[in-house]
Amino acid sequence: MTAVPWDGPGRRGSRHLLDFYLTTARTAIAEQFQYRAANYAYVIGMVVEPVVYLVVWTTVAQTQGGAVGGVTVGDFVAYYIVWTLVRNMNIVFTPYGWEERIREGHLSALLLRPMHPLHFDLAYFAGWKVVVIVLWLPIAALLSLAFHPTFSLTWARAGAFVVAIWGAYLIRSLVLWLLGMLTFWTTRVSALFELFFTLELLLSGRLVPLTLLPAWAQSIGAWTPFPSTFGFPIDTLAGDLDGDALVHGLGVQLLWVLIGWVLVRLAWPRAVRRYAAVGG
Amino acid sequence: MRATGTFMRVAVLHELQYRVNFYLQLVQSLVAAGTALAVLALVFRYTPELAGWSRDELLVVLGVHVLLGGVIQTAVQPNMTKLLEDIRQGTLDFALTKPLDAQWLVSTRELRIWHLADVGVGAVLVLVGVVRNGGAGPLDVALFALTLLLGTVMIYCAWLAVTVTGFWAVRMDVLVELFDGLYQAGRWPVTIYPGWLRLTFTFLVPLAFAVTVPAQALTHQLGPLAVLAAAGLAALLLVLTRLLWQIGLRHYSGASA
Repeated sequence: MTAVPWDGPGRRGSRHLLDFYLTTARTAIAEQFQYRAANYAYVIGMVVEPVVYLVVWTTVAQTQGGAVGGVTVGDFVAYYIVWTLVRNMNIVFTPYGWEERIREGHLSALLLRPMHPLHFDLAYFAGWKVVVIVLWLPIAALLSLAFHPTFSLTWARAGAFVVAIWGAYLIRSLVLWLLGMLTFWTTRVSALFELFFTLELLLSGRLVPLTLLPAWAQSIGAWTPFPSTFGFPIDTLAGDLDGDALVHGLGVQLLWVLIGWVLVRLAWPRAVRRYAAVGG
Repeated sequence: MRATGTFMRVAVLHELQYRVNFYLQLVQSLVAAGTALAVLALVFRYTPELAGWSRDELLVVLGVHVLLGGVIQTAVQPNMTKLLEDIRQGTLDFALTKPLDAQWLVSTRELRIWHLADVGVGAVLVLVGVVRNGGAGPLDVALFALTLLLGTVMIYCAWLAVTVTGFWAVRMDVLVELFDGLYQAGRWPVTIYPGWLRLTFTFLVPLAFAVTVPAQALTHQLGPLAVLAAAGLAALLLVLTRLLWQIGLRHYSGASA
């Protein structure tokens, strides 16, 4: 099967695109709310990771007299509570999913739609985020009761946070799409994915607030999109960034969205040309 | 027993078809171990000890965690995910009609030998940790082997208990993620967790007995009481999961019902 590269919705199509997003997102919400037991099992599994980091670092902070490298116990708690929401906002179509899409021919159905398949993933996972945010509120309340965070919230930070979590969502969607597209060229990608996720874990702020990394690791990280997807959005709400830092961080996010979008536009037609569906 | 041996041989032969997977698995195990070591290094940049555990002692804990994780991925988790799938699809019929104890059969059908790479990597970490920590005597090693075995039994029981809920609630495919997530907490000794979490990781998800206690055996921190408690809890969990399995089985209606 040869696929016709998508050439954009045009001016008339943009209202249809909005409609498509709303409908897909609504479907995702309805689908995900069905399985409540599964959702809770998922949330518990999800919360363990930050709680472990939280306990380890607050233990370190306590043995060091209440703070590590300027980060106090309360700061750590705030960081990892906000972490839980940012992490959930960050869950997008997994690069491991491409193998099944290609092998089972699911991609054919996506290619038949009159819009770029990226729109479907973006819309579907955006809908799922609504479920995630609803589930997150009681979790955040419980964690706050158990561990006592310190927040110094301003309107600017709260506003920047709302923008930044969606920026993180977009960047990670694009980056993982690019990574997953490698599956079109080779099937032995899982080791590569592991390596990518390891680097992300260490350099993004997922493992530990970025200021605690050695200086050389911080400067390597600054050249990657990783801090824009974990550390920065978390710091907007849990840290004490000033106006300049907020604007700078959001600008970097915008830059990564643009870079990611251009790369996807460039790589996608080449990837699809390598795809031959069953029966094609 | 002979039948079980045959089943296992078939499972191993099946896996032996895919040898490249061993190298992929080894690379992944090494990447994971490297990450864990980087985390340890990061923590010990800021503190000389963590809740009374030195760096080398935590290396032993980490090694036991990786090793036991390998055992779970090799022998426990694949069986439980297959059981869950069978319950959902109704194909458990095939296992129930065989003239063997059904619980034993569903627990021994799969063997993902390539995950033994984790066991190897974990054993190396344990060894390095023990040597740097000043070695261990034959009694320590014996206690380590015993408590590790008991810990494996307890983890198996916990997995089975959760899987059996599949008889009541469908679509529990997130269980694997839930369990993996919880298991990650065992990378650190349970003594660092606050009281309510420590209780959870001791009795609900027996990470304390599965990882921390064997590591304590190798770092001269284990009293006879903990060993007795481990044996008692393992026996209790075996009985309880057996009961739960039988109750669950009564809820199973098969493929055609």
